Amino acid sequence: MTADTVAAAPSGRLTPRQRRRVSLGGQYALFVVIVAVVAVTADWPTLQQNFADPAKARDLFPEILTIGLRNTALYTLVGFGIGLVVGLVVALMRLSSAAPYRWFAIAYIEVFRGLPLLLIFIFVGVGVPFAFPGATIPGGVVGQAGVALGVAAAAYVAEIIRAGIEAVPKGQMEAARSLGMPYFRAMRTIILPQAFRIIIPPMTNQIVLLCKDSSLVLFLGIALEYRDLTKFGRDLAGQLGNSTPIVVAGVCYLLITIPLSLLARWLEARQRKERR
Amino acid sequence: MTGGAIEIEGLHKAFGANEVLRGIDLRVEPGEVVCVIGPSGSGKSTLLRCVNLLEEPSAGTVRVVGTEITDPDVDIDAARRRIGMVFQSFNLFPHLTALGNVTVAQRKVLKRGKAEAERVARENLERVGLADKIGSYPAQLSGGQQQRVAIARALAMGPEVMLFDEPTSALDPELVGDVLGVMRKLALDGMTMLVVTHEMSFAREVADRVVFMDGGVVVEQGPPSQVIVEPRHERTRVFLSRVLNPAAAGFGDAGLDEAGPSGSGPSGPTAGKTAGE
Repeated sequence: MTADTVAAAPSGRLTPRQRRRVSLGGQYALFVVIVAVVAVTADWPTLQQNFADPAKARDLFPEILTIGLRNTALYTLVGFGIGLVVGLVVALMRLSSAAPYRWFAIAYIEVFRGLPLLLIFIFVGVGVPFAFPGATIPGGVVGQAGVALGVAAAAYVAEIIRAGIEAVPKGQMEAARSLGMPYFRAMRTIILPQAFRIIIPPMTNQIVLLCKDSSLVLFLGIALEYRDLTKFGRDLAGQLGNSTPIVVAGVCYLLITIPLSLLARWLEARQRKERR
Repeated sequence: MTGGAIEIEGLHKAFGANEVLRGIDLRVEPGEVVCVIGPSGSGKSTLLRCVNLLEEPSAGTVRVVGTEITDPDVDIDAARRRIGMVFQSFNLFPHLTALGNVTVAQRKVLKRGKAEAERVARENLERVGLADKIGSYPAQLSGGQQQRVAIARALAMGPEVMLFDEPTSALDPELVGDVLGVMRKLALDGMTMLVVTHEMSFAREVADRVVFMDGGVVVEQGPPSQVIVEPRHERTRVFLSRVLNPAAAGFGDAGLDEAGPSGSGPSGPTAGKTAGE
């Protein structure tokens, strides 16, 4: 800070440092007041009974884990698997030197990025049986959920992979080709390993999104043993006349998503160290 | 005309309306070391990149050890295995160790076994003086060491011709000597080399022939004692005086400034340092 700017500060009774302290103290005071008001006015016993009744929460176990959490994880994994494979193909088409492939990839990405995921679920669950009577998606509900999640995720995954591939310097492909590697060999051995390292953090994000979106299996109309966390929580809340199952289902989602977020952050930090 | 290691005839290359090469004829004999010099934008690097088809020529033919590279039906991957290329920016594979960099193409392209590939890799890393850096990743190596790994990587494929595209331009001055030393040894071993360089002392001592390019054409060529020491053309003289004594060049000097807009590669001796960073 130069002498000029110091002199230019308005010279009230408080120095700039004192004013910063007053402002900060005010923010803390406001926070304490709000917390105190909520603590005093809230009806804690009723709230606990409705949202976090320990007896009712206990009754949810182990089914909420063995059915709800298990199915949510399963739908997420199958959806991500399909999304990764389709997304990689679309990304390579997007980068192809043959124009029709590029057009197809662009159309695919725009269509599936623009459609509500719910509509895709309804199409898979209702539209496909109408359109192709007798035809079924293999794998039952798991297959249906996987396809719905996967084809939609592929649009995002394709863009992530394309960005990753384009982030690898052009000289890498040139070096690989000048050693006599054919294009796809160079892609597989040299470019993709580097690209995948770059895209691990956004990809982890994508899994978190998929995990949450898997709650839309609700609209496939599924049998009891295929219920995911959301439907499980909703059904039990209805049966018990209490909101506790919804809260517990929410906590179970966080059991998946928070470790994933931590993993992404750790990988990102590690990468920053490696690049130096 | 047969028997040359590299035979270039009537080579043209244009990027859109920008004509970078305007009819190049050049022949490199087996075992010969040819240095290409010239101002930036003169098409030196493009010429080199046309020899292994990293750039597709607009017209003309390029033959390397008897194979016509410019033939549309050529198996370019097979042809490139016989042509080693060393880049200004090294282009080592950062996710592989020095050993991995030198073995990967041997394994995947030449289908050599692991033991065989590693033996060849060790030999070549030793040849460039880096036997002790086998397990290091590129990020852990200095620029000069990275460039020597890149040379070992190209040599491990057993090339019949080596192309060097300003191999020392991105290096700190004190690291240039190591790389030039390796190249000098390679030349003494009888390797056929086509080298684009700004290192006039290297060209003078090691090259069998020096080619001066400007404006996309070969202006003059001959033994270094002639081209570098007693150039016949005014353009060569102006260029050399600038390279050999950059501090003496005046502002707005006429002569070489038309080379400006091409934009490929570092522009001019002063910009070279920042571009390689």
